[in-house]
Amino acid sequence: MMTNHGNRLTQGQFSFLPELTDKQITAQIEYALSKNWALGVEYTDDPHPRNTYWEMYGNPMFDLKDASGILKEVNACRKTFPNHYIRVTAFDATQGVESVQMSYIVNRPKTEPGFGLTRQEIGGRQIQYTVHSYATDKPEGERY
Amino acid sequence: MTEETQITDGKKRYSAGVLRYKQMGYWDPHYQPKETDLIAMFRMTPQEGVDSEECAAAVAGESSTATWTVVWTDRLTACDLYRAKAYRVDPVPNTGPGTKTEQQYFAYIAYDIDLFEGGSIANLTASIIGNVFGFKAVKALRLEDMRIPVAYLKTFQGPATGVVVERERLDKFGRPLLGATTKPKLGLSGRNYGRVVYEGLKGGLDFMKDDENINSQPFMHWRDRFLYCMEAVNKASAATGEVKGHYLNVTAGTMEEMYARAEFAKSLGSVIIMIDLVIGYTAIQSMALWARKNDMILHLHRAGNSTYSRQKNHGMNFRVICKWMRMAGVDHIHAGTVVGKLEGDPMMIRGFYDTLLDTHTPMQLEKGLFFEQDWASLNKVMPVASGGIHAGQMHQLLTYLGDDVVLQFGGGTIGHPMGIQAGATANRVALEAMVLARNEGRDIWNEGPQILQDAAKWCSPLKAAIDTWGDISFNYESTDTADFAVTPTASI
Repeated sequence: MMTNHGNRLTQGQFSFLPELTDKQITAQIEYALSKNWALGVEYTDDPHPRNTYWEMYGNPMFDLKDASGILKEVNACRKTFPNHYIRVTAFDATQGVESVQMSYIVNRPKTEPGFGLTRQEIGGRQIQYTVHSYATDKPEGERY
Repeated sequence: MTEETQITDGKKRYSAGVLRYKQMGYWDPHYQPKETDLIAMFRMTPQEGVDSEECAAAVAGESSTATWTVVWTDRLTACDLYRAKAYRVDPVPNTGPGTKTEQQYFAYIAYDIDLFEGGSIANLTASIIGNVFGFKAVKALRLEDMRIPVAYLKTFQGPATGVVVERERLDKFGRPLLGATTKPKLGLSGRNYGRVVYEGLKGGLDFMKDDENINSQPFMHWRDRFLYCMEAVNKASAATGEVKGHYLNVTAGTMEEMYARAEFAKSLGSVIIMIDLVIGYTAIQSMALWARKNDMILHLHRAGNSTYSRQKNHGMNFRVICKWMRMAGVDHIHAGTVVGKLEGDPMMIRGFYDTLLDTHTPMQLEKGLFFEQDWASLNKVMPVASGGIHAGQMHQLLTYLGDDVVLQFGGGTIGHPMGIQAGATANRVALEAMVLARNEGRDIWNEGPQILQDAAKWCSPLKAAIDTWGDISFNYESTDTADFAVTPTASI
């Protein structure tokens, strides 16, 4: 079990708050739509802090401007992957950004074993650190 | 005002002796600045009896080609081109007879781009703020703003990483980043220092920070600090599943030593290093090149800036430092909090933030931005708000400063009654609750205190933070205020 505040992975914008309700998720989707950002849904069972590429649950929804329709996609992903980490992202294609503007977790495994820190002692007092996700000791799809 | 103009007859103009600067050609009210000209705007307080146009011409002369007397060797050069041209002088509102301030003027001066070496802040500043600030004809002089031509900007690398790539590397989007400076800033051993770093990061901060004067002192040598801090960073990263960082200050007495410290930070896997403004423009540019080459975020602490940026009549405005630092290539710069313990008028600080973050900044006098500025695709610099801020001000901080900022709560984290982790958690919960509420369309300026109280009901660290610091504010008048206020800008 993770020993940090909330005993959970704290990536994303809102991991320190109680689980977001569908109504709260919809409000955040509406905020992104009001800025003309494209919503996307991504999932993974490898939550390593440097695992950039979570699986896309379809392409970002550039043409879908309806928050309830996007929430449906979020919930479909949750239904398909109830024990994965799922995040909603918002992408901004304007010049000078062309990157993610929002990212928040909307689903997580029932238990979160967290990460171990491997220390490899190299020359002098130096240590080479590796953050290792306990869950990834098992094959993909069997981790949580 | 005497109608003196440039003497165009070559023989008269170059006969030995002393002429007025206007006669020498440094004042040209009909001059139309070229797109490639660099324009500087100075606030001048002329000496008694010195005419404002002559004073502006003198500033133009002394910051470009002139010396105190006529020299015939000018005629060996394209001197009409190289002479800077003062072309506009405006009296500063609310100065002069009948006010508390003696008469000041805004002087606009255009410089041809060929007066400056490409890619060198040192060369640019040697002209613009070189000799002229000690010049006797002016009682006081302040560089207020600069319009830097795109052609010149393109000779600079710009920020090593930039806001967009920094966020991608850290995997942190849609909210301000959170940091804290390790306290006490002097005296902790490496082992004790790393403890503070670990607690803050595990509790929920993204960054911890060395202070400006933590280098390599008897109580803690730099290698020891780096080793313990990276243990703390990695341990906190494993405990939370987030990328974490500690600004390792590599400031040292020589470039060789700074490079050695930066290399060591890199070998330990740090995502960020730090330098102080006092190392100088050239050293900053060198470290920015190193940072770009080594995938490192470069944090700049503005140590020393208030010695020349704070007084309104003399020195230089901080927005000019912001411009130069964006060109020089830093990724972070301390740019004010509005609500904290350090100097800062809300509109002026918004002007600094716009200067650091915009791709294109329009002229906005109420923010102290005297020129439109195209940033020529230079990366954005992340502003850092640090000094006397706490969780209870989160709604004000988010309203004034927006998402692209690092909010640094040093005392507001480490001084928390329940400990450092709790302090960090209080800040993170307050931030996330406020961002959520703002995105939901709530009026956080007015509902902010209630939003914090609601979150405090389920988050005891936040409750303790509000109980401890809820009433603390720093209400002092700012010294650096707008000359063209369109709305009241009282310090909150």
